[in-house]
Amino acid sequence: MTSPTDQQAHWAKRRRRGRVGLYALVLAFTLMAAFPFVWALITSFKADQDLYNRNNNPFIFNIEPTFEHVRLLFDRTAFTTFVSNTVVVAVLVVVITLVASLPAAYSLARLNLRWGGAMGIAIFLVYLIPPSLLFISLSRVVSYLGLQDSRWALVVLYPTITIPVSVWLLMGFFKGIPKDIEEQAMVDGYSRLGAFVRTVLPLSFPGMVAVVVFSATLSASEFIYALAFVSQTSQKTISVGVPTELVRGDVFFWQSLQAATLLVAIPIALVFNAFLKRFIAGFTMGAVKG
Amino acid sequence: MTAAAPPAPGRARRRRYLFDRDGVLAPLMLLPSVVYIVALVAVPFFLAIAYSLSDVTVGDPSYDYVGLRNFRAVLDDPVFRRSLLNSLFITGVTMALVLVLGKILALVLTRDFRGKWLVRFLILLPWTTPVSLAAIAWLWMLDSLFSPIDWTLRELGLLEGNLHWLGNPTLAKASVIAVQVWRIVPLAAVIIMAGLAAIPQDINDAAEVDGAGFWRKLFEITIPLTLPITAVATLFGAVLVFTDMSVVFVLTRGGPVDATQILPTWAFFRGISGGDLAQGAAVALFLFPLLLAMAVLILRSVRRMEVM
Repeated sequence: MTSPTDQQAHWAKRRRRGRVGLYALVLAFTLMAAFPFVWALITSFKADQDLYNRNNNPFIFNIEPTFEHVRLLFDRTAFTTFVSNTVVVAVLVVVITLVASLPAAYSLARLNLRWGGAMGIAIFLVYLIPPSLLFISLSRVVSYLGLQDSRWALVVLYPTITIPVSVWLLMGFFKGIPKDIEEQAMVDGYSRLGAFVRTVLPLSFPGMVAVVVFSATLSASEFIYALAFVSQTSQKTISVGVPTELVRGDVFFWQSLQAATLLVAIPIALVFNAFLKRFIAGFTMGAVKG
Repeated sequence: MTAAAPPAPGRARRRRYLFDRDGVLAPLMLLPSVVYIVALVAVPFFLAIAYSLSDVTVGDPSYDYVGLRNFRAVLDDPVFRRSLLNSLFITGVTMALVLVLGKILALVLTRDFRGKWLVRFLILLPWTTPVSLAAIAWLWMLDSLFSPIDWTLRELGLLEGNLHWLGNPTLAKASVIAVQVWRIVPLAAVIIMAGLAAIPQDINDAAEVDGAGFWRKLFEITIPLTLPITAVATLFGAVLVFTDMSVVFVLTRGGPVDATQILPTWAFFRGISGGDLAQGAAVALFLFPLLLAMAVLILRSVRRMEVM
């Protein structure tokens, strides 16, 4: 039998050991996650003579850091073109996604539809048929539509990926809004559609934000369609432009490449972090209540 | 809800009644999404099946039915067989690692510690970064001459020269798996965290009152209760890894000598670079049965979540 003070000391020791273990794990995970980006950050500012010397310590600046390669990225490469293409594609994809998925999600969440349940599952099953399965036959469809080698092909194709996910996500949000609110609006004389536009849409703003963030980041990250259907430099988006164009033959512009990676990665991560809670709520609601 | 103009009477009102009927309104609101998905997912999917049974190439797009010839040719091709095995192997190993690491990371992130915002930001970076750009960062980290990993090993006296990460078949495969695990673990952890947050606090409290320690709670409460959502997280990750081609494309282009070739890259090299649309479609279609299995499992897990 141990005395109470002994036991307290025992628990304190156990808790301390737990804290040390926790911080060790946090540190290990953070290092693993961030290491490639830290290495990219150091690389971006390295002078050639420093970078291409196997005996130099790669983690410090053996020669003074330089902005030369970041400037090269903006002045001498098509990086800014890739960024503006990505923005154009992302904005249009977001618009198409919202216009199609908002009414569809409302219809599945609220209206009595004979095939509603089956439709919900069918929309989920679209997930089964990913770009890597479709891109071969789509290459013929794209050239039939006259969109080959153009960023418009991406504008048309990306909503096939974003619409199903967004419908799924918005369904969860709509189900979380009390029915009484629309019913009251309808009693006040609005049609079903009017009630949807005037009461449900404003209340589902958080869900729309999640859809916007998801669709925009997908447009920036998608790789297969962008690689298979766009080969002109002036039409490429960042996800394919950066890895394929910042290379001359076998010569990689390593510093500029790493700078480009960071310039894209950090803003996207900041936006995602700001909306993370909303995302988790959206996906679990869609999953649990769907 | 008293603001705005009152609805107009007369003909507009009749039209309104029509739109008030669920039977009319519901299909109308679904229509744009359904048309979009049918035109650009369902049609290309059946087109892919049709192509795989034909001799269509980029140079000669006229359609001639050839039966199962492409499938026979594909199955006889050693590169295809290797791609199929690599796809299964890479996805399998990645998912096992994601399951364990994602669970640990989720448990860590639900605890309180200092600098949480920064830690969360850095841990999510691998997932939020466009995959092809993240792969560029790895490509440089695994460089055959200037890899900082090699440098560190040399300084520690563990290595002479270089490891040539992407030039060695085993290391190249390990590298692809490492990048996939690295980018999927944060996603899995975030999904599992949502499941952890849903465990009622009184269950944990009751267990603590009964004297259950950390490990006991972990194995008898946390893991069983988050099993369905963990399954969902793992399966979603599996689909992402199985269908991704950017990591392999950027890191190795399937090399060295097809050691990291997977189904999506092989379909790309066959169908788009090589112009043989028929065989490319046949290769890509081999993704389908496994995806079907994964989707059935996801739906089952979701249903189990609803029961709880």
